[in-house]
Amino acid sequence: MTATSIPALFDETRVRGGFLQGLLSSDLPRSRVLSFILLAILAILAATPFLFSGSQPLSTAAKICVFIVLVASYDLLLGYSGIVSFAHTMFFGIGGYGVAIALERLGASWTSVAVGLAAALVLSALLAAAIGLLSLRVRAIFFSMITLAVASAVAVLASQLSEITGGEDGLSFQLPFELRPAFRPLSEPLFGVTVNGRVVAYYLVFFVALGVFLLLLRLVNSPFGRVLQAIRENEFRAEALGYRVVAYRTAASVISALAAAVAGALIALWLRYNGPDTTLSFSIMIDILLMVVIGGMGTMYGAVISATLFVLAQSYLQVLMEAGSTALSGVPILPNLIHPDRWLLWLGALFIISVYAFPGGIVGRLRQGRSSRA
Amino acid sequence: MPEPLLQLEGVQTHIGPYHILHGVDFDVPAGSLTMLLGRNGAGKSTTLRTIMGLWQASSGRIRFDGRDITASATPDIARAGIAYVPEAMGIFTDLTVRENIVLAARSGPVDSARLDWMLGLFPALRRFWNLPAGNLSGGQKQMLAIARAIAEPRRLLLVDEPTKGLAPVMVRSMIEAFKALKAAGETILLVEQNFYAASVLGDGVVVMDDGRIVHSGPMSDLVTDQSLQQRLLGLSLDAHQ
Amino acid sequence: MTDMAEPSSVSELPITRTDWLPLALVPALALLALPFIGSPSSWVTLTVAGLAMGMMIFLMASGLTLVFGLMDIINFGHGVFISLGAYATLLVLGPLAAWGQADSVALNLTLLGLCIVAAMAVTGIVGAVFERVIVRPVYGSHLKQILVTMGGLIVAEQAIHAIWGASPIPIQLPETLRGAFVLGDIVMERFRVVAVGIGLLVFIAMQLVLNRTRLGLLIRAGVENPEMVEALGYRIRRLFVSVFVAGSALAGLGGVMWAFYRQTLTASMGMEVMVLVFIVIIIGGLGSVGGCFVGSILVALVANYVGFLAPKLALISNILVMALVLIWRPQGLFPVARR
Repeated sequence: MTATSIPALFDETRVRGGFLQGLLSSDLPRSRVLSFILLAILAILAATPFLFSGSQPLSTAAKICVFIVLVASYDLLLGYSGIVSFAHTMFFGIGGYGVAIALERLGASWTSVAVGLAAALVLSALLAAAIGLLSLRVRAIFFSMITLAVASAVAVLASQLSEITGGEDGLSFQLPFELRPAFRPLSEPLFGVTVNGRVVAYYLVFFVALGVFLLLLRLVNSPFGRVLQAIRENEFRAEALGYRVVAYRTAASVISALAAAVAGALIALWLRYNGPDTTLSFSIMIDILLMVVIGGMGTMYGAVISATLFVLAQSYLQVLMEAGSTALSGVPILPNLIHPDRWLLWLGALFIISVYAFPGGIVGRLRQGRSSRA
Repeated sequence: MPEPLLQLEGVQTHIGPYHILHGVDFDVPAGSLTMLLGRNGAGKSTTLRTIMGLWQASSGRIRFDGRDITASATPDIARAGIAYVPEAMGIFTDLTVRENIVLAARSGPVDSARLDWMLGLFPALRRFWNLPAGNLSGGQKQMLAIARAIAEPRRLLLVDEPTKGLAPVMVRSMIEAFKALKAAGETILLVEQNFYAASVLGDGVVVMDDGRIVHSGPMSDLVTDQSLQQRLLGLSLDAHQ
Repeated sequence: MTDMAEPSSVSELPITRTDWLPLALVPALALLALPFIGSPSSWVTLTVAGLAMGMMIFLMASGLTLVFGLMDIINFGHGVFISLGAYATLLVLGPLAAWGQADSVALNLTLLGLCIVAAMAVTGIVGAVFERVIVRPVYGSHLKQILVTMGGLIVAEQAIHAIWGASPIPIQLPETLRGAFVLGDIVMERFRVVAVGIGLLVFIAMQLVLNRTRLGLLIRAGVENPEMVEALGYRIRRLFVSVFVAGSALAGLGGVMWAFYRQTLTASMGMEVMVLVFIVIIIGGLGSVGGCFVGSILVALVANYVGFLAPKLALISNILVMALVLIWRPQGLFPVARR
């Protein structure tokens, strides 16, 4: 299945053949604990509408699906290509706005979704290619600075062009009928749950996210992905071997942007809303960066684990910290440090430690644990 | 026999995954000019860089004036009295000729007698005194690099291929300059590819091949002994082709 | 001895050609804008305002480009030193509030000076710690530098929140620095004039240090070939630390000016302005202090003129300037020779 043109890089644990290997592009989790966690996440996400009642768990699950795609696509850049972009939320936002503007202007139809998504993908690809070609041909660090500059300009633009984007308020819109709560595809409840448009919408998000993730996994294990990693390891050697470094990195940047735009479209469809705070904000960019590094750069599976942990923590852990902080009120400084607003402080510290001590992140630790036992 | 100024014993150097020096032993006696010969890639430059602490020796010992400098940091080695002229010359092109010299004289302004002596060796530098060193020609940069090494009295000069890429007339003036430095009593370890230059300048000679010393002795022996010359330099030549 | 035989004619024409083109950009741009703006008084007002903005950006950016030039370190956490410098003014403004309300130029300027001293001291010290803890382990790897300094930024911003609270803090300009000088139709805000003065002062001081002192020579030499600096017997690590501390302190100084300009403190104010800072150092040529100066003024003037002529375009004028410069000179206006 996997065509790998560089046999030396072929890991003997990646056995050819088999449905699972094919689906996972022969890039298996390679750790029993990791496999178990991944399977659990997959199973729970797949069954969420039937496992939990209420809208909060379903929303959390949908957000996890979207962030898995967003983080995995960023891993393609950071982990596999070794370049740091600060424009990932820009493409996330473009995807969101594409669908939102099309649905708002052209009416609540599937055609609008298609038009909006297509426009967003084209714009993302063009922007990513332009930024890549302009900055990567000079130095890789230009790329980081220029993506930051362009992303912030686009964020300002989005909030200023309020006739089109709704400004700071964002855009709310109607979904196609099949995704609305009133839609009932089945006359009878399934496993005791009434299947409505929300459930359909959830599965749309789930399967698209799963598909994009598997595509990304395929990509990083293709010859293209191997070249990206070779460039990451030694740019000059790759160039000397005849690989056009700028072209490869720009291509990675475009693909990553496309996946982020898809994620943006999904979150907009799920929320029936898109605004600067849900997709464009710099704090989401920071979250993505934290997730990739803590999950494990260059592993793809790290995205699944860290996105899940992160979204869960955002939804539930902060409540815990709130409780702790209140309980400790009266003690100096301490309540301030575990105040829910301070959780970024701890994440930041964890992030720095990860970069120094665990460059493989959570996935790297799990895999290491396996090999040391073996 | 007095103890040599510089002593290398079984020095091995790795650069990343590559094993470059496989045990280098030789001495540089005080007050003499020792030539280090060998083909490209024999490890001559690596030897100089290892002495200077720019690569760390993975084993063996380097003694300078009786002191072990194997693990010393580059600035400390320089402060011990070793001046280094790398193959790429290491000229600060953005700084003027004067500023290059000013930096080389760590302990303060160069006194005028020394300055006159230096500029007497390399008169061209006087003309470009206040111009950015980037404007100099290759030969003039080489002169500046050597002038920098002698801006203050040093115990030992390490010079890497000063005649490389120079026009014949410049090679001749470079040889004259080194003769003058010898006359002034400087101790010099000189890497060369040019056998003519080596033969007129060297007191002692050390020949390297493949990260090892293959011969060492007085330069006069090598100059007079045709068969030895044939063996060492023939070997070098064959290996080169 | 002769060098007549040298094949290259360079030795015969040893003339330093000053790269005047980028320098001419600024006056050319200002003159070009004049007919479009029409009224000379508006033009002067806009130009002075632009210069002041440019100086403030320069103050904030100069340290970053210096650090990059010498140490090859790209510090994405630089912005936090701007914020920190801004918050450090509170240490002075709190106890000496009366000096700011006094209607005395001397007291007011002294207060501003004390704010600057406090800010530079705080950011200098934190810079030394930051260099030791965050940056030193990742010398040589740009990717890790970006990640780790970003992490440092997150932690430091949160620390500011923990110390001074998360809500924005208003600060007031000293009494006599408020308002504007009015000459006929020309309006020049007083504080902006002060900013131009301080910016020029710092620029001249940096030029003097870089060109007239041994430290400056070492820095310039270290930018080009750090290894040779070591081989000459200088401990480059010490130089690194002092330049990092100086760069952080400069960011702190810029932070003070930026804080008084905005008159509101937020922990993220530094990171927000980093976008401009990055644009400016890319335009100037990474590592070039002179380029950073020209780039800052260029970006600020363009932003002001465009903001007057076509307000909507002003938002992306910076990006356009950067794109044009990079198309013209991919390494920036003043490319820095390295190694």
